Amino acid sequence: MKKRVVSILLIMAMAAGSLAGCGNSSGSDSGSGSGSDSGAAADVEEGKVINIYSWNDEFRQRVEAVYPEVKETSSDGTVTTLNDGTEIHWIINPNQDGVYQQKLDEALMKQADAAPDDKVDLFLSETDYVNKYTDAEADVAMPLSDLGIDPDTDLADQYSFTKVTASDTEGVQRGSTWQCCPGLLVYRRDIAKEVFGTDDPVEIGEKVKDWDTIKDTAEELKAKGYYTFSSYADTFRLYGNSIDESWVSPGESTIKVDQKIIDWVNDSKEWLDAGYLDKNVKGQWNDDWNKAMGSASKVFAFLFPAWGIDFTLKPNWDGEDGAWAVTNPPQEYNWGGSYLHACTGTDNPEHVKEIILAVTVNKDNLLKISKDYADFTNTTSGMQEAAKDDSFSSEFLGGQNPFEYFAPVAENIEIAPLSAYDQGCVELIQNAFSDYLQGNVDYDKAKTNFETAVKERYPDITEIQWPE
Amino acid sequence: MKQKNKKIDYSKWGYLFILPFFACFFIFSFIPLVDTIRYSFFEYYRSGIKEIGPNFIGMENYASLLGSDMLKYAGNTLILWIIGFIPQIVIALTLAEWFVDARLKIHGTQFFKVVIYLPNLIMASAFAMLFFTMFSTNGPINSILMSIGLTSQPIDFLGTAFGTRSLVGFMNFLMWFGNSTIMLMAAIMGISPDVFEASELDGCNSIQRFFYITLPLIRPILAYTLITSIIGGLQMFDVPQILTNGQGTPDRTSMTLIMFLNSHLKSRNYGMAGALSVYLFIVSGILCFIVYRMTNNEDPDGSKAAAKKAKKQRRG
Repeated sequence: MKKRVVSILLIMAMAAGSLAGCGNSSGSDSGSGSGSDSGAAADVEEGKVINIYSWNDEFRQRVEAVYPEVKETSSDGTVTTLNDGTEIHWIINPNQDGVYQQKLDEALMKQADAAPDDKVDLFLSETDYVNKYTDAEADVAMPLSDLGIDPDTDLADQYSFTKVTASDTEGVQRGSTWQCCPGLLVYRRDIAKEVFGTDDPVEIGEKVKDWDTIKDTAEELKAKGYYTFSSYADTFRLYGNSIDESWVSPGESTIKVDQKIIDWVNDSKEWLDAGYLDKNVKGQWNDDWNKAMGSASKVFAFLFPAWGIDFTLKPNWDGEDGAWAVTNPPQEYNWGGSYLHACTGTDNPEHVKEIILAVTVNKDNLLKISKDYADFTNTTSGMQEAAKDDSFSSEFLGGQNPFEYFAPVAENIEIAPLSAYDQGCVELIQNAFSDYLQGNVDYDKAKTNFETAVKERYPDITEIQWPE
Repeated sequence: MKQKNKKIDYSKWGYLFILPFFACFFIFSFIPLVDTIRYSFFEYYRSGIKEIGPNFIGMENYASLLGSDMLKYAGNTLILWIIGFIPQIVIALTLAEWFVDARLKIHGTQFFKVVIYLPNLIMASAFAMLFFTMFSTNGPINSILMSIGLTSQPIDFLGTAFGTRSLVGFMNFLMWFGNSTIMLMAAIMGISPDVFEASELDGCNSIQRFFYITLPLIRPILAYTLITSIIGGLQMFDVPQILTNGQGTPDRTSMTLIMFLNSHLKSRNYGMAGALSVYLFIVSGILCFIVYRMTNNEDPDGSKAAAKKAKKQRRG
């Protein structure tokens, strides 16, 4: 009995303990941090430690590959030493379940009181939540101009939508990225040959060029027993990333659900009922979805950017190389992207500037990253060259050069206006309407469920507006 | 005076030895507990990386919780618990009765006791992961069902409220029936063998013996099992959380109270989560009080109450 009481108290303690940790964050052992707060001043001596927050070692690999000052990295990958003796400390927390953001937020809140060598110097964010960190009022990501980088001249070769994404509401750019993630349609050559008699990317591209055409194509695929896409979630990014207005306008507490989202729901329902999608695959990033990329699956195509082909499709494919090919998607879209931010209060502004320039601006470096890691990198002219250069062709795609298709998509992307609520809205609306698409609830119930869930996630949201 | 001094007092050692517990309890449990209650009266959450509050708002969190779907989630929790508890207590009682019955002479009781307890040793989240994989539409269970011809289409177990709830109940049953069995066995072994022998001499069969002797005599322990299980059930979290990916799918029908609390913590909404914790605390407190009264029954056969009643009547 007593044990029960204690365990209840412990549960309470856990709930409250996390609160005690964040409430009055009086970082106990870091009292002497007021000395070199003005990191932007050029004559201040650089700190000995550069702290970089990230969610995996992707960025570390890129830095090691292209930043000339790198001397060596410890075997466990946590510390990289530079030629001048400065150490880069990699603080890696997984992205799953928001762990990365939690840890980063805590560090950012302590930033002002932290000792110079404990301060966050550089951190990464993803498109889904980049807006949270570029916010001018929060001021955690330094404007690039404060570092001495002029976005208009130094970053002229970057794709303009990546610059818009990394800017705050006043248009001050507060981040920069090396990758840009135009998405393509990746299809199985063997299925294409069987159904359409050809696997030529140009001809298949013609069959999937817009939503009306692809619907007829889907009917052809269905007649032979194939699904066009695996799940309704596969197409979400195409609709969701082309919304006209951001989910929440700055300074408001109303979520405006865009007509495009409703189109996604209606089209998905239609496709699902028509049998163009596999009913058994519910959403992405689960076992069923991974299996749909295997050789036994009946799924014709996936919608992926460069990283998706390399990190998701390739490991899940169990057949020979050369079975897949890429072509243009029914609609241009962007999915993902990691942004690099200099953290306000950094004590290593010179190094941070150098790293940002080396990894996200230097064209030779970007082309090297494209070649070695199959990233589609953020250089307009470089990517146009790569599209014509056969040395960028991919084994996995049977010798096809994917950059030929990526480059035009990237130039046509119009990035949806972002808000700090995007991540939750995108995740929760898909969850709520999953139930509707699977036939568990009716349309209005799904709407209510979304409203409940989103208000739970974001307590400051007061109203949800649906399109007429 | 002198005599008093001679008396050696050991009690300070006792206090000294229990001090670490009380110190830990005070720092890690009591202060956070008080803080939780305090914050439940505040508006206090994070929006992006901006902290909102704490602003005192009185009982507003409590009121808005009552206006939300909290009662629905309480209902879900209760249903999930009942689905698991009924088979658990039935099987546990049967097994306990068989294992201690000297006349059945079951061999290897020790072995079975270990085996039925084993599922409890697996971490609940790992167990839920396992079931999630086994019962997915492309999982092994569907493969088996299809290859022996029981079904032609894969069954979508996790896509229906019935399927998901049954799976959660089944997992809770598997995890906890061994624990209950062992507890009930101890209770049955505590009954004096004289009673059983006497009943046999009187020609009592095993069913009568179970219902008229065993059950009434293990009632306190049974009540204890029930209440601890309800309190455990109130805190049901890991199994449905992992099985439904934190969404309580479909249509939030398997969303439990603690999952609800957890979704408030996603936005660091300590005010609202605190208020919910206080509600849970009150319910658990009442249940604890009931079990306390049951296990400390000073009037087991009701004679004291009867005497009191008689006395009252005489006076009246």
